[in-house]
Amino acid sequence: MALDFKSDGSISGFTFAEKALARAAGLAAVQAGQVVDARPDIALSHDNTAAIARIFRSIPMERVAIPEKMCINLDHAVPAPTPKHAQNHADVRAFVAEQGIRHFFEVGRGICHQVLSEEALVLPGELILGADSHTTHFGWLGAFGTGVGRTEMAAIWATGELWLRVPESIQVRLSGTLAPGVTTKDLCLHLIGALGADGGLYQSVEFSGEGIESLSLASRAVIPNMMAEFGAKNAYLPPDEAVFDYLAQRRARRLNPMTSPAEIEALRQEIAAGAIYPDENARYAAVYELDAASIELKIACPHTVDNVQSLNAVAGTRVQQAFIGTCTNGRLEDLAAAAAVLQGHKTAPGTRLLIIPASSQVYAQALQAGYIQTFLEAGAAIGTPGCGPCMGNHMGVLAPGEVCLSTANRNFKGRMGQPEAEIYLASPAVVAASAIAGMIVDPREFLQ
Amino acid sequence: MKKDLIRGRVWRYGDGVNTDVIFPGKYTYTLKEPQEIAAHALEDLDPVFAQNAVAGDVIMAGRNWGNGSSREQAVTTLKYRGIAAVVAKSFARIYFRNGINQGLLLITCPEAVNAVESGERVEIDLEHSLIRLHGVEYAFPPLSPSALAILESGGLIPYLRKKLSITVDELSAQVERDSGEAG
Repeated sequence: MALDFKSDGSISGFTFAEKALARAAGLAAVQAGQVVDARPDIALSHDNTAAIARIFRSIPMERVAIPEKMCINLDHAVPAPTPKHAQNHADVRAFVAEQGIRHFFEVGRGICHQVLSEEALVLPGELILGADSHTTHFGWLGAFGTGVGRTEMAAIWATGELWLRVPESIQVRLSGTLAPGVTTKDLCLHLIGALGADGGLYQSVEFSGEGIESLSLASRAVIPNMMAEFGAKNAYLPPDEAVFDYLAQRRARRLNPMTSPAEIEALRQEIAAGAIYPDENARYAAVYELDAASIELKIACPHTVDNVQSLNAVAGTRVQQAFIGTCTNGRLEDLAAAAAVLQGHKTAPGTRLLIIPASSQVYAQALQAGYIQTFLEAGAAIGTPGCGPCMGNHMGVLAPGEVCLSTANRNFKGRMGQPEAEIYLASPAVVAASAIAGMIVDPREFLQ
Repeated sequence: MKKDLIRGRVWRYGDGVNTDVIFPGKYTYTLKEPQEIAAHALEDLDPVFAQNAVAGDVIMAGRNWGNGSSREQAVTTLKYRGIAAVVAKSFARIYFRNGINQGLLLITCPEAVNAVESGERVEIDLEHSLIRLHGVEYAFPPLSPSALAILESGGLIPYLRKKLSITVDELSAQVERDSGEAG
């Protein structure tokens, strides 16, 4: 592939993925297709840490090479639903103590992707490898996040690096603003429905355009999270001042609660300087134009995320369980949208509503804002921050023949523990309204 | 993995087969033994598969095989069940990496998948990157050198052992040289 030479002799024409992986590999420049040995800034694992530790010891290795880069969250089955899960957690805690890992988050702190964002452990331009397929999430901060397998994570612990193929990139140019009541969840379902669950296979899906700046931070995080369902290796949103402020405040306070405004400002500048943006003349495998204003309410129907319909097409479908939460849609903004709909209403007979905040911070803020009170008055059950029933471990698995309407990112057959159940995916307001109606409905009729 | 010629009976599946139907998430933190993991292979896709598959069988499937979770059991469940290879129109990326790292042969060959039906017999010639099916040959792209290096070592952990022992040898050589100089 030919590159462009600028007047000063330097080359340009690089995508975000090419620049981010060049940085992580310690190389001046890399191109799509090249295989590099990349050194992650953060290596993430969760309840699967004990299984990874068993692989690590079988190498055999005793001490991890990168304890300071490791982040471990207990979130997938918390609190432990069975003695086997409890033993798994105990094994994780023993490993954390033995290896001296500081960034360990206990049962109740929340879902890894949300917690690492809140703790400002991942910065723009950095590489985060996670033993979790939704590690694409960190693209909302302008980081390169991608999922790896357990064995690969054991190799990263041992050597601090992993081979990665530099992906080709797709650009999605976002213009306009979303209509009232329409969310980035609908935007993602629209994209996945139109291009398929493999529409972004092996690609770096890089968003651009003035449509991004108008999005709240919470709603931005939905986009790279959902791009895992598009087949993407990673996804990227260009970080702006709002992202730098969010990270600087949180990182400064984590490092030193008494930090001064001047120190926060210095940190903000440092974070901004690390941000990576694709070149104007970067080469993309495909470019898609998306007008946010044209997107309507969407829903993913059983049993694949790309089986997407307009909400109207499935309105009236009976719902036995409504679930609001997960790394996709369990943030304060999501709970606020649900509370606005649920205020003064009760769930329909025959329909139960589960609400699980994505983190303890979200939970505390929702409590302060009065949302939890609204949920309880509506008849909802509130769960411990974590992944909840998303992947069928516990806390709201389904019976045969039941329908669950969920804010999660996956609706695969059997995912919530029962292959004879059906899972639909939508935004928090749609799920909240459908819990009141007992069937899938447009939430806007409850917001008059 | 070094077997150059694979002959097996085909299990044919469609597009978008995901990790939850290959190996349900509810088992991911409780089942550890290879036999237990193998017993649930494709449980929510094809309930007769785990009982009836024979060592050396080949899975041939459509687009985006293994999309979804990063769980490695979606690879190892097939390996432990004795599946010799998965041939698909395309693979989800984490699944593909997990396959290489666990030493499960994954081949991308849409033309062969289009031509095959369940129960037919297929021959995979690794040396020549060819699939033979009712007298017709279908070429598939050879693996990248980095992936091949890992596969040839028998997976990522054996590959890593090789790599790390080189480091250890260099270190001991260094120590010997240093002590030699000191002496």
